[in-house]
This record gives sequence, structure tokens and C-alpha cells, in this order.
Amino acid sequence: MTQSRWLPYALIAPAMVFLGIFFIVPLVQTIMLSFQGGSGFGLENYSKMVGDLNFGLAIKNTFLLVLTVIPLQVGLALAMGMMLQKMTAGRDVVLWIWTIPLGVSDLAAGLVWLALLQNTGYINSMLFAMGLIEGPTPWLNSETPVTLFVAVVLAEVWRATAIVLVILVGGLQLIPKEFGEAAEIFGAKPWTRFTRITLPLLKPSLQSALILRTVLAFEVFAVVYALGGRNFPVLVGEAYVWQRENQNYGVAAAYAVLVMIISLAATIFWLRALRTKPEAQA
Amino acid sequence: MAGIVIDRIAKSFGAVSALKEVSLEIADGEFVALLGPSGCGKTTLLRIMAGLETRSSGRVLIGGRDVSDLKPYERGLAMVFQNYAVFPHMTVYDNVGFGLTMQKKPKDVIDRQVKKAAALLHIEPYLERYPAKLSGGQRQRVAVARALAVEPAVLLMDEPLSNLDALLRLEMRAELKSVLREAGTTTVYVTHDQTEAMGLADRIAVMHGGKIVQIAPPTEVYSRPASMFVGGFVGSPPMNFIPVEARAGSVALGGQTLAAPRASGALTLGFRGEDVTLAPPGEAMPFTVRVAEPMGSHLLLTGRIGDAVVRVVAPPASIVKAGETVGLRLDPDRIVFMDAATGAATDLAA
Amino acid sequence: MTGPRRFLFVTGVITLCAWILVPIYLIALGSFGGRPAVFKWPKDWLPWNASLDAMLLFLRIEGVWNAAINSVIAAGLTMIFSILLGAPAGYALARFDFRGANAFRLLVLLTRAFPLAILALPLTVIFIKLGLYDTPFGVSLVHTALALPFAALVTASLFVGIPRELEEAAWVFGCTRWQAFTKVVLPLALPGVAAAAIFAFVISWNEVFAASVLTVRERTLTAYLLTVLSESPLHYRFAGGFILIVPSVLFIFAVRKYLFAMWGVSSK
Repeated sequence: MTQSRWLPYALIAPAMVFLGIFFIVPLVQTIMLSFQGGSGFGLENYSKMVGDLNFGLAIKNTFLLVLTVIPLQVGLALAMGMMLQKMTAGRDVVLWIWTIPLGVSDLAAGLVWLALLQNTGYINSMLFAMGLIEGPTPWLNSETPVTLFVAVVLAEVWRATAIVLVILVGGLQLIPKEFGEAAEIFGAKPWTRFTRITLPLLKPSLQSALILRTVLAFEVFAVVYALGGRNFPVLVGEAYVWQRENQNYGVAAAYAVLVMIISLAATIFWLRALRTKPEAQA
Repeated sequence: MAGIVIDRIAKSFGAVSALKEVSLEIADGEFVALLGPSGCGKTTLLRIMAGLETRSSGRVLIGGRDVSDLKPYERGLAMVFQNYAVFPHMTVYDNVGFGLTMQKKPKDVIDRQVKKAAALLHIEPYLERYPAKLSGGQRQRVAVARALAVEPAVLLMDEPLSNLDALLRLEMRAELKSVLREAGTTTVYVTHDQTEAMGLADRIAVMHGGKIVQIAPPTEVYSRPASMFVGGFVGSPPMNFIPVEARAGSVALGGQTLAAPRASGALTLGFRGEDVTLAPPGEAMPFTVRVAEPMGSHLLLTGRIGDAVVRVVAPPASIVKAGETVGLRLDPDRIVFMDAATGAATDLAA
Repeated sequence: MTGPRRFLFVTGVITLCAWILVPIYLIALGSFGGRPAVFKWPKDWLPWNASLDAMLLFLRIEGVWNAAINSVIAAGLTMIFSILLGAPAGYALARFDFRGANAFRLLVLLTRAFPLAILALPLTVIFIKLGLYDTPFGVSLVHTALALPFAALVTASLFVGIPRELEEAAWVFGCTRWQAFTKVVLPLALPGVAAAAIFAFVISWNEVFAASVLTVRERTLTAYLLTVLSESPLHYRFAGGFILIVPSVLFIFAVRKYLFAMWGVSSK
């Protein structure tokens, strides 16, 4: 139809305005807020943040979590995706089961694993039945930082592998079977086919899965709270505490800005690390 | 019923000009095919007629009314799309009746028209089905029935048969022709398939590079192409072209002397593969056969005359082998001369 | 595949299914078993002592029911807003070639690189002034900012999947643009749009941080659970977790056909 020039703009205008008000404005405000302290404009909030006892711990914990969880999730999702490729009967059911956690919130996931890992929980019951422990054993308090960390990793992998899986399966479906078959005819073994054909062609999907997951992983907070309370400080959790309990919006905003900078850096990192040349795209 | 006037229609996409001031008059009830390779502008021209595409300049008149600035739904025409565009969420009946429903026709009129169009295209058994349950050929029939049901003044068809397999295409082509002749609808038919254009159209408009390079009845386009492009595009095998030199108003070709349109100078001689007779070598133009393909109805010979690749259609029983050199004698009434530089046909009389 | 390899493969698939399902089963046991089940040692693995009483008890705690209602309101509003705002934008991205389309696409994608929920922090101040603080409506506005980019991209991919020719056919046969949209495009896109709406609902239903920051008394369920986490007994926590999970799982089941249409677009 005769292209009305104004129509597309009218159609995107409401979304534009909304994102302007609820994304751009708070973004700018958060940054401003983080520089406003009791003594005017400056780095006061940041020095308060860095000086806090939990700050170093929160940074360490958050990064440790991201660096452990993401490779596990990608590896697991790749394995699951390849399994689904091979499956004929029951593929839909299995896929549905594997994507259930997609709808589970981080808070709920934390509570699920709390049910399993609490002192008199199911995992302890199992270990007891196997004779490995002698009675109810705590895993999630400040004296057991390693098992608490493992618990958070378990909950995160359990909950958020599904999103990586869905993105990767979507990408796998776009790769024509002929490529693998051609490689097979020329004598490529399954592992070679996976590393030389599938993985390179999957790069764009891997990239978007990694960006999405990394940004969300730096936001990790409710899982940790459900499992260990404040025994395991993470960055967004600290922002919550400063806003909620200390009523200090400035320091909370400083944490928010820090998380944003880290997220943005991670995004840029993945964009560069997994760049596909335009002419090499499938 | 209405005629169409295309008046100096031009269209450019940014710096690229897709149509260069194309003009075309189509008489009431006439069937015109727009024929050309992809990218020649034929589909753009059709879509401008439909109002689906804006024009850069020029006018479109349908039945004497200037429709250039009207929306598609105000133009009162019907169209058959390349991928059928049959609405998947409506039954065949609702699809065929769609145009009439939009015109707010009474139910009994719609019913009558739908049944009539369905009968014409033999889709009555499927009226209550959904398109997903139909084959490609059946969907195509629904698309045509939907267009005919509104009894449009003008019917536009955009490569309607290109998604059908060869056999079905042949069948639908014959059927389209008989149905449309009966309806007497002014039809513009876009295709890149020259056999479709030849078989269906009253006139063929051959398009190339955003221009109409020839508009004429099929037989004329075939035997008297306006340019080397038309000769090469229309017909299978395409027309053969060999460079010749005119001397004293005639061209001498190994034993044959043909009248030339010019006293002297370089020319290109064009002839169809079937307009030759085989002769013993030495008595006619020498033709070195490289490949001989028996096609059943004829023997297709590919070879060279001088440096030019030439394809010749010989009787099926001819005994010619690859590597052999035979003589070719041309039918002097069926040859064309082209200007060697421009590739445009030069009239013998001129 | 043959003998042992096939066995390995099937075992792997079943193990991974159990990895997802068993924890959900166990939290269900925990939440229906009530107080005795939590402290039972060692645990029962089958629901011998499960009853609805424990769950009903939880729902009768002051604030829980109200929080659940607030969650439903916030998620419902989020669903409506993100589709109403996102679907037109998606249609524009799918059907028009316009200056600024790429800039808009970039803005939408950019929201992914930011931890959006954190942006609720400065909004508290404005929301208090505007009377939006501590209301499900206010929460839904922030959640819409989360779900809207998603809704726009998903609907864009849905509309791209509906051939332009269908719309053009409708125009040629007498439809205005709006009629063609309602008669042809919308009926075809509706299941997918519904799936996108459900997903927007789930995004809001699950969100913790913004909801906690923006409410005090009118908590959503997630915010409520987070604040009472440290002081509430374990079986209440499990009941809360279980109630959070149930609708999400059902919704994912409802939209399972569209999962790839939705997340596939993120690779574009």
C-alpha cells in the first residue's frame, strides 16, 4: 500500500516514550544519585561502598559465581541440545521438562534448593541413608562458605540453564543437516563435526545466550538470599540492603552503577569475543 | 470491464531506477503478459497498477479513471499472487467470497457468485475445507476463483503458476486461458516464463532494464524480435545470432545470398533453430556439431558457426554425430538482421 | 545407535529429566507436609503425610493472600501494557522500512545489556510523589519496562512470519489497512501474541528486586516472601516457593510451542 510515512513512527511512539520514561530517565537518575552525597556532588557514595566490609566479598562472590555458573550452563545446555538433536521419540516431552525452569523465579529456585539442602533436608536424608553423615548437618551457614557456594551454583544451574538451552536449540534448528552430512561423507568423526561445523555455526546463538545469561547472572540476588540470607554477600544483594535497611539510596545507586558497568563490559566482551564476520554468516 | 492506460510510469528506489517512464495501453478485455527476466521491473509495474507500490511519477488509468492516488481497495481490481495468498484462517468458501463480503454484497449474491467461480475452477468439493488441507494446485484454483468471484474490471496476476510443478502448470495454463476467455476480463499477467506468455497472452510486453522493449502479439515477438535481447530471451532454444558483413546490399553465407537491410557494414544475423534445413557440407553454411541431444520430438544440435555458438533443431530421424560438420541452409523469410552495435532490429525495407 | 551407547544416551536423558523434576517434587512434598515433614528425620520420599491443610494454613497467614492478589494484578497489568505498547512497535519493525528502525531496534536490544530491575531504585522517589509507590500499578510499570522490549521483538518475529502477500491480498480485495489487520493479520498472529502476553505475565510474576524496592505494605508475592524469609518457618517458605512455581510451570506448558519463536529472535 502507498507507504504512509508517519504510520511506523506512530506505531513505535508509545513504546519509545515508555522506554524513555522507564529506562533512559531512571538510568540517568541512578547515575546522578550515585554521585550525590551528604556533602554535595562527588564520589562520597563510592568511597562508602568500597569501604564497606562486605564490598570486597560481594565482588569476589559475584564474579566467582558468574565464572563458575556460566561455563557449567553453556556446557550442559550444549549437551542437552545435542541430545535433543538425536532424539526422535519423546523429544517434545523431554524438551518441555527441560524448559520448565524457564518459568521459575530465582527466589523460588532458591527455596526449592533450600528444601533439599536444609539441615533436615532431602539431600541430608539421602547422605544419611548412604551412611555418609551421622545426622542432620548444616551446609548453608557462614561456617560452611564452600558448600553454601556450591548450593548457590546448583540452584543457578538448575534454574537458568533452560534459557541457554532454548536459545541454543533455536540456533541448532537453523543449521541445515546437510552440513553435518557433508562433513560425515568426507570422513569427519562426531566430535570433529561438533567442533568444526556445529559450534562455529552456532556462534551467533551462543553469543546472545551468553550476553543474556551473563547480564542476568551479575544480577543474582534472590537465590542467594533464599539459601543463605546475608551469609553470602553479592553485589545486587548489597544494593538491596543499602536501600532497604540502611535507607541509603546513594550507596545503593553506586552499587547499581557498578553492576551496570560490569554488565555493559561483559556484553561488549561477548560481542567482540564471538564476533561473526558478516560474510561468514549462515 | 475496462481498459488500462499506463502513462509514463517511473519508479526509483533511491538511486536505482526500477522503471523508466513506461507507457502501455491495454484494451478492454485484452490479455497482456509482462515478460522479462527477474529485476526487469515487471512485478514493480504490476504492483504500481494495484496500488501496492508507490510510483515516482506518471499516471495509471483504469477504465478512463485516474487511479494513481487511490488506495488498493479503492481501485476495484482483483489480483492473484505468486504464493496464492489464500487466507489460512478462512474456509475456501470464505476466501472466494472475501472480496464480495468486503463490498457488503447481500448473502444470496455472494453465495451465487462464490458457487459460480468455484464451478468454473472445479473447487466445489472443497468449499468447506481450510486451505491447509489443499494441495498447491488446489490453492492456486482458490486464489483464481477468489479473484474471478468479484467479477473485476481488471485482473492482475503475478507469476501465478511459478510455484506449481511442471505438469500442473501445463494443465492450469490451459484452464486459465479458457476460464479467462469466457470471463472476458482485462488481464495483466506477469511472468518470466516465455512459454506461459506465448500460450496465454493476446500481446506480450517484453521488459528489460525497466523498459518495455517490445510489445506485440506472441508470434511476432517470437519471429520478429525487436532486439537481440528479445530474440535471446523468448523461445527455447533461444534465437541464434551470428556476425555477418554486408556487401553491395547483400550478405553471402557459404553458398546462400541473402538480401541485407544495408548496403555495407557489420550486421548481426538472427535465426531460429528450427528455421534451417540441413544440407551437405560445402553446399551451405558450415556448422560444426559439438553435442547432439535427441529430444524425442526433435534432435537438438549445439555447435559453432565461426566463433558463434549456434543451436539447431533437426528432424528426429536425422543422423548427425558430434564432431561432424554439416551445412545449414536458412529460410530467407524467417531471418532477422540486427544492428551489430546496438542490437536493435533493422528493418529490411529501411 | 547401538546397545551400550544407546543405554548411555537414554540414561543421560532420564537423569537430566530427573535433575529438573525431582527438586520440584520435593519442594511440593515439603510444602504439603507442613511442620512435621520439615523436621522429620530421615525424610519420607513419598507423600504419605501430605495434606492440603499445610497449604491452606499458609494461605491464611496475614498478607499472603493479599500479596498473591497484588502479584496477579501487577502481572496482569504488565501483560496488558507490554502487549498494547509492544505489539504495534513489533508490527512497525516487521512491516515498514523506516528511518530510525535500526535505532529503535538498538534501544530495545540495549535494554538487555542493563540490569533493568535495578533501575527501580531512583523511581521510588518519583513514585512516592506521584502516589504510585506501594501500588501494584507502579510495580507493573517497571515490570513493563522489563517485558516490553521482549514483547516488541517477539511480536515482530510473529508478524514477519505472516506473509505480506496475505495483507496485500486483503487490500486488493477491498480492505483498508486497519480492516486487513483485524481480519487477516490479527487472527493469524493471535496465538503467538497470547504466548508473548503469558511470558510478560511470568516475567512480572517472578520479578523480585523491583517489586521489593517499590512496595512496603502492598507487597507482591515475591516481595512478601523475600521480606519475611528470615523470620518465617521453613514449611511456609516451601509453601511460598511452591505457589510461585505452579503458575509459571503451567504457563510454560501453555506457550511451549512458541518458546523458539520467542527466544530465537534474540540471536538476530
